Formats: sequence, C-alpha cells, structure tokens
Amino acid sequence: MTAIVNQSVVSVIVEHDKCIADKGCRICIDVCPTDILALDASDGKVRMVYDECWYCLPCQHDCPTGAIRVEIPYLLR
Amino acid sequence: MDTRNIEVDILVIGGGTAGPLAAIKARQKAPHLKVLLLDKANVKRAGAIAEGMDSVNNAVIPGFATPEQYVKEITIANDGIVNQATINAYATRSYDMIKELDGWGVKFEKDETGDYAVKKVHHLGSYVLPMPEGYDVKKVIFRQLRKAGVEISNRLVTTRLLVGADGRIAGAMALDSRSGEFVVIRAKAVVLCTGAAGRLGLPSSGYLFGTYENPTNAGDGYSMAYHAGAELSGLECFQINPLIKDYNGPACAYVTGPFGGYTVNAKGERFIKSDYWSGQMILEFWRELEGGNGPVFLKLDHLADETVTKIENVLHVTERPTRGLFHEGRGVDYRKDMVEMHISEIGLCGGHSASGVWVDENARTTVPGLYAAGDLCNVAHNYMLGAFVFGKIAGEDAVDYVAGKEHAAVDAAQIEAERARIFAPLLRAEGIPPTQVEYKLRRMVNDYLQPPKVTRKMEIGLRRFAEIREDLARIKASNPHELMRAAEVAAILDCAELAASASLFRKESRWGLYHYRTDHEARNDAEWFVFVEVRKGADGRPECFTRPVPPYIYPIGEAERDAYDSLRVEAPATLAA
Ligand SMILES: Cc1cc2nc3c(=O)[nH]c(=O)nc-3n(C[C@H](O)[C@H](O)[C@H](O)COP(=O)(O)OP(=O)(O)OC[C@H]3O[C@@H](n4cnc5c(N)ncnc54)[C@H](O)[C@@H]3O)c2cc1C
Ligand code: SF4
Ligand code: SF4
Repeated sequence: MTAIVNQSVVSVIVEHDKCIADKGCRICIDVCPTDILALDASDGKVRMVYDECWYCLPCQHDCPTGAIRVEIPYLLR
Repeated sequence: MDTRNIEVDILVIGGGTAGPLAAIKARQKAPHLKVLLLDKANVKRAGAIAEGMDSVNNAVIPGFATPEQYVKEITIANDGIVNQATINAYATRSYDMIKELDGWGVKFEKDETGDYAVKKVHHLGSYVLPMPEGYDVKKVIFRQLRKAGVEISNRLVTTRLLVGADGRIAGAMALDSRSGEFVVIRAKAVVLCTGAAGRLGLPSSGYLFGTYENPTNAGDGYSMAYHAGAELSGLECFQINPLIKDYNGPACAYVTGPFGGYTVNAKGERFIKSDYWSGQMILEFWRELEGGNGPVFLKLDHLADETVTKIENVLHVTERPTRGLFHEGRGVDYRKDMVEMHISEIGLCGGHSASGVWVDENARTTVPGLYAAGDLCNVAHNYMLGAFVFGKIAGEDAVDYVAGKEHAAVDAAQIEAERARIFAPLLRAEGIPPTQVEYKLRRMVNDYLQPPKVTRKMEIGLRRFAEIREDLARIKASNPHELMRAAEVAAILDCAELAASASLFRKESRWGLYHYRTDHEARNDAEWFVFVEVRKGADGRPECFTRPVPPYIYPIGEAERDAYDSLRVEAPATLAA
C-alpha cells in the first residue's frame, strides 16, 4: 500500500540531469529518516521507493547539486 | 539472517536529541569507556530536531524565571500529578545547558545588550527563548559527537532489550534495516532515547507518515521498556496538539505569539487566554471546534508586512520548513489569510504532556542499568531542552553505574526468541502488508481512544486490538525495510493497548482533553491524586497500579492550584490589532 507502484505520482522528485548518484553520491539516501530513497539500478539515479515521506527536507537541503524537490504528499495538500 | 555481535560499556539507543547528549556526556566523564550511539535513521539528520527548532519552549533563565517558578507552573499545568524532583532536576540545569549549547555554536535570540531575549507564552511565567536561526542545532551536536569520540551506528532498528538473569539490563537486539542482519549488542548500561509514540493515532489526512512527530518515532521505546519489565507512567495522559489542519505540524503559536499572532474562532474572536499547549487549552480548542464556533484559526493578518516576513523567515526555514510550501499550495498568505487549525490524532509523549517510562531525577528507570530520557520518559513538558538535560543526566549517571561491573549474563533463548519474532514476516510465503495492518490499527485507535474517552468504546477498542494482535502472525514482509515496518506495527499495538488500559484504570477526568472521560466527568483528587502506572504482569498482560505523588519540593497554594482551569476568555472580544 505504501510501496510505490507508479513512479509518476511520487512526491519526492529527482531531476535526473542533476543527480550524480552514478558518480557515487548517496547523500539523500543516507539522510532520509524514513529510508524511502534508493538507487535505481536501471538508470543509476535516485528515486522514491516508498510513499512514507515526512516532508521534512534533509534530502533536499543536503543534496550537493540541487537535484531534489520535495512536494507535500497528495493526501495532505 | 546473519548475526552481528557487538560489545560496549554503555549503549545509547536513539540519536535524536537526548541520545547524543547522553553519549557525549558519558564519554566526557569517562573517555576510557566504549559508548555506542545507534539510530534507526541517520544520527546526522535523525529525530525531532532534524531541521532545527523554532524556540526553546521552557528556558529557565535567571532574571526571567527561577526553577521554583518553573516547577510550580509545570505542576499546575499538569493538575498536580508530577514528580517535582525530576522537573527540578531539569530546571536547575536549564540555564547551564543553554550556555553550553551556545558555546558549541547553537544560536539563540539575544537583545541589543547580548542577553537572552525570553518571551512570555505560558499562562503564568516567561520561558520561551526564540531560535530564529535554530536550523543548525543538529550539525552543531554532530560535531560534538565526533569530538567526544562516540561510536555511531545508523539504520539499526532496536526491537527488544536484553535483560540479564539477575534482572539487570544486558543490552539490546536490533534489525539492520539495510542489510537485514540481526544485531546483538551487549552493554552494561542502556540509555533509551527513542522519542515519542508518534504513530499511534491516524492523522485525519489518512497519510500514515503525515504525523506531528518524526514518524521514525513509532513507539518502539515504550514497547521495549515494557517487555523489559520497566514501569511506565501516565499513559492515559495523551498528547494531542493544535496543528495546521492537514499539514499536521505546528503553526507555531510560540513563534507568532510574541509577534502578536493569536488563536481565534470562526467569528474572529479570541477564546483562549494562553496559546501554551496544555490539556486544558486543547479542551477549549476542542469545545470551540465541536461547539459550532469552528473552524479555529491562527490569526496573523493584522500584523505589519515586515513582521510577517520575520515570522516567515522562521516558520518556513526551520523545524518544519515545508510549512511555506504547504501554504503556497493552498494560496494562503499570512498577510491576508488566517491559517486553519485542527487538533491532532493522539500520541504519547512526555516532552509535550506527561506520559512515558518512569524515571527518577537521575533518569533511572525501574530496571537496574536502564535509563530513559527525552520524549520517552515521563518528565512533564520537558521539550527539547529537557531532552538535552535528561540525556546528560542519564549519560553521566550511567558512567557511575557501570563502574566495576561486568556484562550481565543472558540466556541464549531470549536472543533466539527475538530473532524468530523479528524475521517471521520474511519467512512467510504470503500475508498482509505491514502498512495495511498499521492503517487498520491506527484507524481503530482513532475510533476508540481519541478523547472524549468513553468506557464502552475503549473496551471495544481493546477487543479490536486483540484481534489485530492475531493478525501480527500473518504479516508478510519482502525485504528488511518492510521487516522494520512490521516490527513497528507490533510496538504501536503495544502502545495502543497500554494507553487503553491506563485510560480505563483512571476513573476520573484530568488534564483537560488529554484524559476527558464522559462517564467520569469530574476530577476526583480524593481518589485519583496519584500516578497511574503500568507494567508487564506475571501473565504477560498489562498490569495497572497506582504510585503516590512524591511530596512537593515547592508546595502549591490553594489559590494557584487551578490557574490552568480558567483558560477560556469569559466574554469573547475581538482584540484590536
Ligand atoms: C514538529 C516539532 C516541533 C517541535 N518544536 C519544539 C520547539 O519549538 N521547542 C521545543 O523546545 N521543543 C519542540 N519540540 C519538542 C522537541 O523537539 C522534543 O521534545 C525533543 O527533540 C525530543 O527529543 P528525543 O531525543 O526524545 O526524541 P528525538 O529527537 O525524536 O529522537 C528519537 C530518535 O530515536 C530514533 N529511534 C526511534 N525508534 C528507534 C529504534 N527502535 N531503534 C533505534 N532508534 C530509534 C529516531 O530515529 C530518533 O532519531 C518539537 C517537536 C516536534 C516534533
Ligand atoms: S543527494 Fe542529490 S545528487 Fe546525491 S544521490 Fe541524492 S539526488 Fe543524487
Ligand atoms: S522529505 Fe524527509 S522523509 Fe521525505 S524523502 Fe526527503 S528526507 Fe526523506
């Protein structure tokens, strides 16, 4: 139920051009308290894999390239 | 399912607010000891203060307040049911802790002369110290952890404590939520700092993680302390907060109050005298919402543009920085719109109300060698600074406790039983996803435990909880992350049962809405001027009993006693800007 099935509705948006996970960056994955971000092996970028976001922002604030934008989860908006 | 074994002198569980201070202070006092700080998340950004804090809610600073004034105010705000020794232990160390944090680089508001700029938000005294640049707290603390040489381990979800054959604490067991390893940590003393039970009720949005508390704080610590045989206190004194509707975070009246913001009803009338969060204040809030005078709003639209900008620079930058994004999405501008507020689902939190693991003024629980600090322990209204102070007290006392002691011997069966319990959902071929069980459980918590509390409802609630306990044996997890969620559901269920049991046991009403019982409407000091405690009984079920309120250090006069009972503005009047 909270596992994401359709990637297009995620509330944590990662800009692929900016994400440097393929160069070894794991910062957002490390700091997320609910541990919902993961490396997508298919494209070497980060994505939200569980719909369990506290809209708290460490991922966005600590990303070195400004690749992450957090939205308020749909149910709360 | 590999097992990792770790041996330390002092184990600190929870690297949010209280935990880091416990670890730092233990190492500072005894640099030869091995101190391990572990967290379910990443200590760097874990806990309630991950994005900083708006203010110190309870600063006891000479010239503004004395420990005596503070202890008395908290006693009155909690209808007398407090152990003043613990509150005094905080109050007398509050100022030193602020100075120490200041020295480390935490920024507090000061006036032109360099004095701390304390504001009045409480009903009686002045204790709020704003932190307009408070976003760096966690970074500052992290530097101190490194400096003190504290070992840190992240992504370890502690699930049970280890108790030695002699009844002493012996360590803890955890699940590594990344690797799926089972981790056994042997320790001579354990400091539990796992925060509030923040995933007890279901937010009205229906979003499981749309909680007031950091949702990593599912209530694991209450469950662990309970199963280790510790005494828990005041679990009928719920945490219910006045929050931004749907966003479910603080607005926050402590920030806006000193600038001239206040709470109003639908008519634009002020109906409470103090925005300080107390059960009595929340009761008035609830009455306004239910009595046809709602919705309730936070009013800022009368303030000057530059004042609003100052407020935005706090509320939209620190603590819960997505507040701005939320308002933007709804087209709400503080300059012309009021902020719609609601009251939250229930939780358990000593830091905000008065419930938690029983500790004395040395942060000792009733299990030898086990300490608790922060939102998890029952030191009333202790908030962030109280978490720091009690963390310090616990860390330093633990150093004395372990001196000359060996690790307690443990029975291998205890470890094997826990391994089997934690990994069962992974081994099952099919079953219910943990989040679905959690959703149902928390919806039932809303249906049957949200005040006003009704005896018949709580009894039905306990039956539903018992059915869900059977469902635990049907949860299916397919990876370590889901195993973590499954373990959390079991802890939330323990919290729900304990909260219902304690609520049924106290047959009176107290603490405003926190324990408002329709079938026992009045406060009854003759019979219930006592703590309600709960521990695991010989039959493995919750056992409730009473504990006398220790004699006061600072007696409360008859005239002061009921000050928090008159929070309603008698003749509502629209205040001029
Ligand atoms: C939104 C919000 C606003 C607040 N505003 C203010 C304010 O303005 N002023 C103020 O004074 N106070 C405020 N408070 C209260 C204050 O932040 C808390 O009282 C205090 O930070 C609690 O500290 P703690 O150490 O008990 O919990 P936390 O700091 O939350 O730390 C608990 C830690 O335990 C970890 N954990 C949980 N379960 C496990 C487990 N099973 N195994 C391992 N680790 C685990 C968590 O990951 C977390 O890091 C606010 C709280 C919130 C939530
Ligand atoms: S922190 Fe930013 S750059 Fe690094 S992995 Fe995450 S999204 Fe990519
Ligand atoms: S906003 Fe918070 S919970 Fe959501 S992905 Fe970022 S760090 Fe994780």
